Amino acid sequence: MNIFALIIISVVVLAGALSAAFLPRLVHATLAVILTFVGVACMYFLLGAEFVGLVQIFVYVGAVAILIVFTILLTNPEEKSEGVNWLGILAAAAVFVGLAWAITNTALPGQVPEVEPLTVKQIGDTLMTDYVWPLMGIGLLLTAALIGALILVMEEKE
Amino acid sequence: MNATLPHFLIISAALFSLGLLAALSRRTAIFILIGIEMMLAAANINFIAFWRMAPRMPEGADHSGVMFVIFAIAAAAAEAAVGLALVIAIFRHHRTTKVNEINQLKG
Repeated sequence: MNIFALIIISVVVLAGALSAAFLPRLVHATLAVILTFVGVACMYFLLGAEFVGLVQIFVYVGAVAILIVFTILLTNPEEKSEGVNWLGILAAAAVFVGLAWAITNTALPGQVPEVEPLTVKQIGDTLMTDYVWPLMGIGLLLTAALIGALILVMEEKE
Repeated sequence: MNATLPHFLIISAALFSLGLLAALSRRTAIFILIGIEMMLAAANINFIAFWRMAPRMPEGADHSGVMFVIFAIAAAAAEAAVGLALVIAIFRHHRTTKVNEINQLKG
């Protein structure tokens, strides 16, 4: 696992996330978020989880980003610059320092184990055997979310 | 030089903090949702990194990390759909999506 690939991907991911937090035009910020999600998918590819990377691209770039663009264009929010939120920056920096302190002070495995690649057939087998009840639950959740979203945006009768 | 587990964990911690920053500093409800999505993505990176880098069990491969990420992505998609529907419903009543202007329930 090459560290230079990781550095390039992480620069893309973090630059996208930073732009998403601060760009004043919301459509530009959405494009930055798409960049972040593609970078996260590349990180999954780097880690050898190809199926998850593809799912990430399909779901986030294909569905969630389009949904966000639709919502922005439907509601047309104008974001006025209201100054820098120093409290938010302080909170985020404190969280990052705490997490980094915890990571650097934990004894983590330093080497990369050799593994055989995970095939889609194995994922399907596991989903249909060990994880069949969570799969049913997520199907129920998606159905409920679909119906709930429809009911929320339905026109109210006078 | 190889990329090891702490590198991925540090990057995911940075992404989590930036998502938190977006959720805390944005005024538009849509972008608070996006900040939450970024924090979820950071958690997913942790799952995949631990799945790939952890020492292997002797009894064979364990795919729990990948399964958790697949279910987390499905739950995040449902959350985004409902959240954005809520934003549109709020916009229809208040003609705004700024969270600091929607203060009807404030005592």
